[in-house]
Amino acid sequence: MKVKCPDCDGEINVPDDAIAGEIVSCPDCGQEYEVYFENGKLKLKPAETVKEDWGE
Amino acid sequence: MVKIVITYDRIRAEEKALQRACEELGVEACLVDIKDAFIDITKSEVNPEVLKGDVVIQRCVGHYRSLYLTAIIESSGLPVINPFQTTLICGDKLLTTLALKRAGIPTPKTLIAFTREGALRALEEVGYPAILKPVVGSWGRLVSLIKDVETAKVVIEHRELMYPLYQVFYIQEFVKKPDRDIRCFVVGDEAIAAIYRYAAPGEWRSNTALGGKAVKMEISEGLRELSIKAAKAVGAHVVGVDCLESERGLLVHELNSVTEFRNAAPATGVDIAKKIVEYAISLAKK
Repeated sequence: MKVKCPDCDGEINVPDDAIAGEIVSCPDCGQEYEVYFENGKLKLKPAETVKEDWGE
Repeated sequence: MVKIVITYDRIRAEEKALQRACEELGVEACLVDIKDAFIDITKSEVNPEVLKGDVVIQRCVGHYRSLYLTAIIESSGLPVINPFQTTLICGDKLLTTLALKRAGIPTPKTLIAFTREGALRALEEVGYPAILKPVVGSWGRLVSLIKDVETAKVVIEHRELMYPLYQVFYIQEFVKKPDRDIRCFVVGDEAIAAIYRYAAPGEWRSNTALGGKAVKMEISEGLRELSIKAAKAVGAHVVGVDCLESERGLLVHELNSVTEFRNAAPATGVDIAKKIVEYAISLAKK
């Protein structure tokens, strides 16, 4: 499905099988968003940026 | 049917691969985003909304989330990949070095200091160039190649303005080696795959997170034994063992308890996710 980028109005392609926590990025401005669901509806929020303790 | 809980805070290629592997193996995968969840740790039973299953594969990318969530899971009696103690040790380079040393596993010469003065003396002792690493951190972040005393003073000055954990100075010899290191994946008692990681152009660190290239390698008997021994030293179920090819043989320098394998799986042709899920099934609470 296509979702409008909250930042630049660009068109973001979100895979139909996307799950909560999946990251999508806007092809126009590059901003990363995290997929979440509210009352079954797919929504986007700004993704967390890399923190000091991230890794493997 | 076995139910595998996969806890995460960000869906990476690895978590998707684990989910697919569960489907292929005919077990139920329950993916739990723990970021916005809460868990009552004083309740007699585990919060059923968050952790309901037979075994947990803990995959948070944030180390402290990973560590404390693992403590909660383990305390509830559920088997978890990896155990708390493993996560604690692998998440801390100093504790890792101590565990490797205790197990008699060759590792680079490492000195610890707690002040600017101590760090400068330790660097003098180990000799320049040397490496200064934060005890907690990953993906090569803030791992610094210190070529001379002037650089050392600058880097230490910056560290002194950071959180106190960064003033535990973990100083390591710069091992003479080819422009690559080795990552060997251990699942249970088996070394299942290994890659060479070649540093990206203009970068001395070979972390794939920094653009390092993964190339398949055959697992020699020496590497197999060493990797399994390292996994045992920290009680790991699943671990990525990082080794250096030094003039005195293989040295283990780091262990990764939430190991990433998106580059290694295609490079080696080994279905690492499937191996992990198969192992998780064997651990599942009967």
